[in-house]
Amino acid sequence: MANYKMHLLVCGGTGCKASQSGPIRRNFQTQLEEMGLEQDVQVIHTGCFGFCEQGPIVKIQPDNTFYVSVSPGDTKEIIEEHLIKGRKVERLLYTDPNTQMPITESKNMDFYKKQVRIALRNCGFINPENVEEYIANEGYAALGKCLEELTPEQAIQTIMDSGLRGRGGGGFPTGLKWDITRKVENNQKYVVCNADEGDPGAFMDRSILEGDPHTVIEAMAICGYCIGADKGLVYIRAEYPLAIERLKTALKQAREYGLLGKNILGSEFSFDIEIRYGAGAFVCGEETALIHSMEGKRGEPTFKPPFPSQEGYLGKPTNVNNVETFANIPPIINKGAAWFSSIGTEKSKGTKVFALAGKINNVGLIEVPMGTTLREVIYDIGGGIKNGKEFKSVQTGGPSGGCLTKDFLDTPIDYDNLLAAGSMMGSGGMIVMDEDDCMVSIAKFYLEFTLDESCGKCTPCRIGNKRLHEILDKITEGKGTAEDLTKLRMLSHVIKDTSLCGLGQTSPNPVLSTLDNFMNEYEAHVNDSHCPAGQCKALLQYQIDDEKCTGCTLCFRICPVGAISGEKRSPHYIDQSLCIKCGACFEKCKFNAIKIA
Amino acid sequence: MSKVKSLADLKKLKEEVQSKIKLREKGDHPENLIQIKVSMATCGIASGAKDTMNHFIEELDHQGIDALVTQTGCMGFCYAEPTIELTMPGREPVIYGYVDKEKAQEIIDKHIKRNELVDGIIPVSYKTIDE
Amino acid sequence: MINLTIDKKPLVVKKGTTILEAASSIGIDIPTLCHMNLHDMNIENNPGGCRVCVVEVKGRRNLAPACCTEVAEGMEISSHSIRAINARRTVVELILSDHPADCLVCAKSGNCDLQDLAHHLGIREIHYQGEQSHYREDTSPAIIREMDKCILCRRCETMCNQVQTVGVLSTINRGFHCVVSPAFEMNLDHSSCTYCGQCVAVCPTGALTEVDETGAVIRALSDPTKTVIVQTAPAVRAALGEEFGMEAGTLVTGKMAAALRRLGFDYVFDTDFAADLTIMEEGTELLGRLNKYLAGDQEVKLPILTSCCPAWVKFFEHQFPDLKDIPSTARSPQQMFGAIAKTYFADKMKVKREDLVVVSIMPCVAKKYESSRDEFAVNGNPDVDHALTTRELAQLINLANIDFKALPNEEFDQPMGESTGASVIFGTTGGVIEAAVRTAYEVQTGKTLERLDFEELRGMEGLRKATIDFDGLPINIGIAHGLGNARKLLEEIKAGKSEFHAIEIMSCPGGCIGGGGQPYHHGDVEVLKKRQKAIYAEDKSKTIRKSHENPYIKKLYDEFLGEPLSEKAHHLLHTEYFDRS
Repeated sequence: MANYKMHLLVCGGTGCKASQSGPIRRNFQTQLEEMGLEQDVQVIHTGCFGFCEQGPIVKIQPDNTFYVSVSPGDTKEIIEEHLIKGRKVERLLYTDPNTQMPITESKNMDFYKKQVRIALRNCGFINPENVEEYIANEGYAALGKCLEELTPEQAIQTIMDSGLRGRGGGGFPTGLKWDITRKVENNQKYVVCNADEGDPGAFMDRSILEGDPHTVIEAMAICGYCIGADKGLVYIRAEYPLAIERLKTALKQAREYGLLGKNILGSEFSFDIEIRYGAGAFVCGEETALIHSMEGKRGEPTFKPPFPSQEGYLGKPTNVNNVETFANIPPIINKGAAWFSSIGTEKSKGTKVFALAGKINNVGLIEVPMGTTLREVIYDIGGGIKNGKEFKSVQTGGPSGGCLTKDFLDTPIDYDNLLAAGSMMGSGGMIVMDEDDCMVSIAKFYLEFTLDESCGKCTPCRIGNKRLHEILDKITEGKGTAEDLTKLRMLSHVIKDTSLCGLGQTSPNPVLSTLDNFMNEYEAHVNDSHCPAGQCKALLQYQIDDEKCTGCTLCFRICPVGAISGEKRSPHYIDQSLCIKCGACFEKCKFNAIKIA
Repeated sequence: MSKVKSLADLKKLKEEVQSKIKLREKGDHPENLIQIKVSMATCGIASGAKDTMNHFIEELDHQGIDALVTQTGCMGFCYAEPTIELTMPGREPVIYGYVDKEKAQEIIDKHIKRNELVDGIIPVSYKTIDE
Repeated sequence: MINLTIDKKPLVVKKGTTILEAASSIGIDIPTLCHMNLHDMNIENNPGGCRVCVVEVKGRRNLAPACCTEVAEGMEISSHSIRAINARRTVVELILSDHPADCLVCAKSGNCDLQDLAHHLGIREIHYQGEQSHYREDTSPAIIREMDKCILCRRCETMCNQVQTVGVLSTINRGFHCVVSPAFEMNLDHSSCTYCGQCVAVCPTGALTEVDETGAVIRALSDPTKTVIVQTAPAVRAALGEEFGMEAGTLVTGKMAAALRRLGFDYVFDTDFAADLTIMEEGTELLGRLNKYLAGDQEVKLPILTSCCPAWVKFFEHQFPDLKDIPSTARSPQQMFGAIAKTYFADKMKVKREDLVVVSIMPCVAKKYESSRDEFAVNGNPDVDHALTTRELAQLINLANIDFKALPNEEFDQPMGESTGASVIFGTTGGVIEAAVRTAYEVQTGKTLERLDFEELRGMEGLRKATIDFDGLPINIGIAHGLGNARKLLEEIKAGKSEFHAIEIMSCPGGCIGGGGQPYHHGDVEVLKKRQKAIYAEDKSKTIRKSHENPYIKKLYDEFLGEPLSEKAHHLLHTEYFDRS
């Protein structure tokens, strides 16, 4: 049996593979065998280290030495110097850009501090179905601290001082919201947790509820204590069965331990939580629509004011926060406002969870301090663009966010910067697009979503978005005109200006931001009937290259509409008026003779 | 379970559980205790984490290896589900991605039994709340 | 108080005032579409959904809907900045882009708020054309739903749910596929709709209209084998003039009779006659129950509830079937008239029942439904053949090229055209019970009633109560108009907490003057108040003001019915109710 003393970890991420991590691994293997070390040192491939710009990466364990920009020619030196003589290969160590000093361990590299997990602190660490594991990790200590040591005013002040802003999209200061609700006089108030996560591709709230349900329960109880509410409601979409199960289990355990219910921790404060299910309407993430839905009414928004803090659930003052916002509360109480506000930018404190998706290597859930740049998120944490393609755009803020170009890659992410750039924070969806994505189709795709999810109450959102979508559809069909581009912009502005709720007010963002940032693509569709990304089917033209066509007749035989003709062994021809652009000939041709024009 | 009556009670309970967990981890034979956490959020389960977890439990039991297999929430590596975190006694935890039954078997056979690392480690890149 | 400027004009208004109200107070009329506020009646539709009333507020990110934005200190508002005008016009263009452009043949043409708005804003082109939403047409005995014309103002929903608490209409589906519909998209006639017609009364477009029976009436009038007679409900005369540009509240009783005669009706009668008859039956029934109660009968059902209003009848049949033996069994005046016309009058004129066509002119769309109820027909021949709304009558008058304003005043025909002041006030909330009191007092006490104007029973409050002294016997009376208010009284009765001996209920806010078949009030509550005033003026002008003193009613009992609640009266003038829950 082998008894390895050392491990050589070679990065097998897409980026590193492209820069020859395969040969590196093979070199290590053969050289170790040549030296007879294969029983002592094991070479393995790992997933992406995320540090692709410095790839390929080789890590040596157990001493955790981290080599960057390794080439296949370096393997021998690493074996001879490091493995045999125990001397680190200085020239392959990462140099700290600030101190210009080499760093050996990845732990000490800034790069590996890019993620900070506050809201996700327990996700993936504790067993969510065991309250004791939560308690062992400071759980309910913040609630205890509030009940025994802080007045509601002091606790609210801590939240205010921390600079925490709502993580559901709007970014309203959480402490201020609590303070307003506290000051409204009423004998019955409610705390509502908005778990109606609806942005396509966003699932941070679900993950928190599934991985750390007690943090939400604890935070809601703290909120109840602060604003003077004894009842909490979690509005969660019924499509989240696991989150609901874990939350139910957590509620049961919290009650058993006296952390919910009458006289919590022996104090005068009583609080309990009920679960309400949503049927999965995006607009019910809007707080007034959410409240109507909870009341058993049609889920559609009403004009604010009155705000829920004045007249909310059943007409009573109601404080609505989303899951991620709540997940930040216990650490703020435990570790203090100063700690929290030391993280982030001037006006956006703390961290934000993002759901990375699209054409990115490391699709997943990440949590970064506010102020992290889009580049760091996409390249350093996300591992860059899939299949080595060119980055084209990143869309933040869910369906109502904007599409940002590479010019914005160095924009530090916070509420205000994203707004200024023509997008928004939203609930934290982040979708990356590459050169193969057609931005007109992307805008159309997002509009399709808002169209489906519009409640239909106000005219601009109900009919305006429909018309926007029709114009975009026309453009992708190659039937758009220059006037359509003007109409798109004008109508988008009116929809933003006149819609009732946030959904309509932001729904044209994908259109406006693509018009601003990718006008050339629109113009190509309209003026040249050309889709630069080759995505718009109606604008494609399949043509046969006379030089390459051997006249094998395969395309002729598979064409479902008989658009291809030609003699055996002589070049074939596609009748464009018959072609339905199904692409069957393109896929089947063995000689690459069919090209897309 | 009797109810927690005060903050002091809660603190006491916290210490108890912490030591209980420590005891569980360090226990009678701390050198033998192997811990496996399986990421069991919706994304993990959808990718087959339940099978993975069952396989670990059954196979370790079958082979008579004393290990603690627990579920946990989303670790964030959605591109590589199912993910697990394996902690060998006295070592740093290691996260593996794409752990299907075969991979689980390989991890048991190599990493757990022979202390050999296996392909597919996911390097972790974040700070915890206490750093 | 709040200081602000609108279109550069400074003004001071109370806190809580909306921009719309503030603007209106200085004569700036911001266009609206979905908004509707019937002041003093607690009826407000304010969803802020159409976005037509958007105005520019300095410093605000987006435009503000004037109808639901409260003024704030220092606001600088522009109601006609280029941004506001452009947005407003675009919004209306968008609505028009999803609207069938069949204005020329639309039932609402000339009365359509959307049409007016497009005209007001000078829309000459719809820049954003596209797919239009479609929904099946739904025809019931009284109301037609043509949802392709719906602009989702939600006024009908407010009336159906908040005001009437009937709960039939609500918006279903999402986004572009939104439609106002009964539950499970059932048709109106399968729902618990009462056909009160308040949805029709407030619909700004042609999405909700009444079933048009003018064609059938024209055919009957031109059929030489038919004798066609007409009855006109009390509230019609106080509103019909509005259809011809006359001031609201103008009484047109004489012109109406003249017009009907010129239309070719063989006899022009008055539902008021039947209203007097109703008082005889219902009043007697009330006193019967009351005296039994006073005699110590524990079984007797009190309070007695009026039963003139067909929507109200259908309401309790659906919603309170367990209380169906509480309302008076007396038929409504329309149906009493029909029953007497097709027996007593037909015999008198020696006309076969089948050859007599009874047309009624009603302020109501539910009357169409009522006349179609099985129990009001003999061998399939209905007592009332066609029930037209006030609006349909105006349509007929126009069709016949009659210059309504120039008509002389003419009298109703006899015997079924004679009426008292008591019957006229059936047209307003409080009127039926006041008429009943005038008769019941004299019958009960045997004394002459000196004071005929019971101010304590009048007004526009949704729920009113009064105690009338019946010569030492205090009679507690309750009045409700609007079915939501009726529901409150019924809940009290159900809980055994009702303090009343008699209750009058009318489905429509204001009573029949605000009926679903009346000329459109376009959200102006003053119109209803003026009609009410006219009704009381007509009462005052009558020499006979108590139902039991109507000479032709006396004659009817002498010649035909015998006495109130006689077997014949029971057969022809009373009815039964059904559990429709």
